[in-house]
Amino acid sequence: MSYVFSETAEARFQKIKDIFPDKRSLILPALYLVQRDKGFVDQESMEYVAERIGEPISLAHVYGVATFYTMYNKKPVGKYHIQICENISCYIMGNDDVMHHVCKKLGIEKGETTKDKKFTVSGVQCLGACGYAPMMQINETYYEHLTLEKVDEILNGLE
Amino acid sequence: MGELKILTKHRGEKDTHTLAHYKSVGGYEAAKKALSSLSSEELIDMVKKSGLRGRGGAGFPTGMKWGFIDRKSPKPKYLVCNADEGEPGTFKDRVILEEFPHMMLEGMIIAAKAIDAHKAFIYIRGEYTLSIDRVQQAIDEAYQAGILGKNCLGTGYELDMVIYQGAGAYICGEETALINSLEGRRGHPRLKPPFPAVSGLYGCPTVVNNVETFSAVPHIIKNGAEWYAKMGTPKSTGTRLFSVSGPVKRPGVYEIELGTPLMYLINELCGGMANGKKLRGIIPGGSSVPILTAKECETANMDFESMVEHKTMLGSGAVIVLAEDTDIVETTYRLAEFYAHESCGQCTPCREGTHWVAGLLHKIKEGHGTQKDLDLILSLTVNMEGGTTICPLADACVGAVRPAIEKYRAEFEARLTDSTHKKQVA
Repeated sequence: MSYVFSETAEARFQKIKDIFPDKRSLILPALYLVQRDKGFVDQESMEYVAERIGEPISLAHVYGVATFYTMYNKKPVGKYHIQICENISCYIMGNDDVMHHVCKKLGIEKGETTKDKKFTVSGVQCLGACGYAPMMQINETYYEHLTLEKVDEILNGLE
Repeated sequence: MGELKILTKHRGEKDTHTLAHYKSVGGYEAAKKALSSLSSEELIDMVKKSGLRGRGGAGFPTGMKWGFIDRKSPKPKYLVCNADEGEPGTFKDRVILEEFPHMMLEGMIIAAKAIDAHKAFIYIRGEYTLSIDRVQQAIDEAYQAGILGKNCLGTGYELDMVIYQGAGAYICGEETALINSLEGRRGHPRLKPPFPAVSGLYGCPTVVNNVETFSAVPHIIKNGAEWYAKMGTPKSTGTRLFSVSGPVKRPGVYEIELGTPLMYLINELCGGMANGKKLRGIIPGGSSVPILTAKECETANMDFESMVEHKTMLGSGAVIVLAEDTDIVETTYRLAEFYAHESCGQCTPCREGTHWVAGLLHKIKEGHGTQKDLDLILSLTVNMEGGTTICPLADACVGAVRPAIEKYRAEFEARLTDSTHKKQVA
């Protein structure tokens, strides 16, 4: 069955569809709606977004946009997407140890998803929490001032 | 000089993000004054006289930027708030977005009046979900209280505000890339001219300002341009929020008067270096600006003039501290890798240059590099800077890499296979 917006996504789309002077601006918010529905964006959903927004927006344009921005997952991720900053301040404060620890604990490499589809680990660029490093982001939540014990506690607490 | 809390005066108090708190400390009085009794010219003039310069990175005079808008243009004018904080080391706008969103909204209302805009967008980086929630709550409260909408503060001025969630692209902090992103496109910077003031969002006159810039405006309108200009130095007026990260005792966000010595910020406010480590160097304005050695730090003041004297920049106000045990080859590689990752790919010097520099630094840090590789990096950087590209991302990469190699060359050479320094340093 081909993809359509869920009820919540549709309601949200109806709410925002007229607030921009140009409907082209709906592409980024619409892709977020897809991602909230499916966990990622694929060609089928991009085609749907292009159709919903309508001419002159094509699949090619939506594809170009979706692939430009890193926050749109182009393939499925685990229930918990763990993103660990690899940039300068976090590096100085020991985020490499956090990355190593998380990967070892979950038995996967950076960029992989556990077999049970529960966790995905990604290395990412600066998340704007440099003064509270080391840090990681799990789904939409920031975890700051990490220690390896704290990381264990956080991961063990995820159902 | 020293700590001076204007924007963050009420930090730590309960519920500073709410309208109730903001009103209790005189919030929206400046906006009311601006909408009811000050003309666009008067507002622009006040901000010009205050000396306020953009707090996002470039430090462009704010009043001048507003003055570029042709208010007689039949096209709608747009106001955009750049909350796409992404420069590595920077986390100061988060404080305003999460704790003082109404202050920013008030600054935006005043700016809107100054340029005759009736629609404003707030572009917030996608990862800042708490910021997005807080700003949305603030906007909702403002609509309910009649601060925004068809009759702002009972003055008849109409203004709508919309949040736009970014999606993870550093380059969208560059104002024309941000505009493209807001228009539902890839975040590619645009060729200038035309500047956004002439043809910005949807081809209309547009002003883009940083979160902190807007947040300074209500204070200027309320207390006067002269009051603001008295703080700081002649060319760097007022206060600024600095985000300090790295091995200091108390990293975090500090508001100081511009012109305050860098080492005052580090030693007095941040409590000095953590664990008794020695200072190695400081990147004073975000990842894109040249690093200062420990010796240079001693004479540097946090203002635009002193930074120019030290051949670096105040940038986004991100102070990244490096200790004696910090591996500078590794940190330099991480930054180059960041720019390679974030290059939008439009311009050859940037698309190719950043990847070459990052690749060569990787080779060197892994211990496979030669003297020739190090020299090749330096020669590549010459072709990446000075206006060979649409936006300054390539220049930022050069700023992060070349001074680091020049100032800490021995450390880089110690990693080379044909090194003469190996024995001494290793």
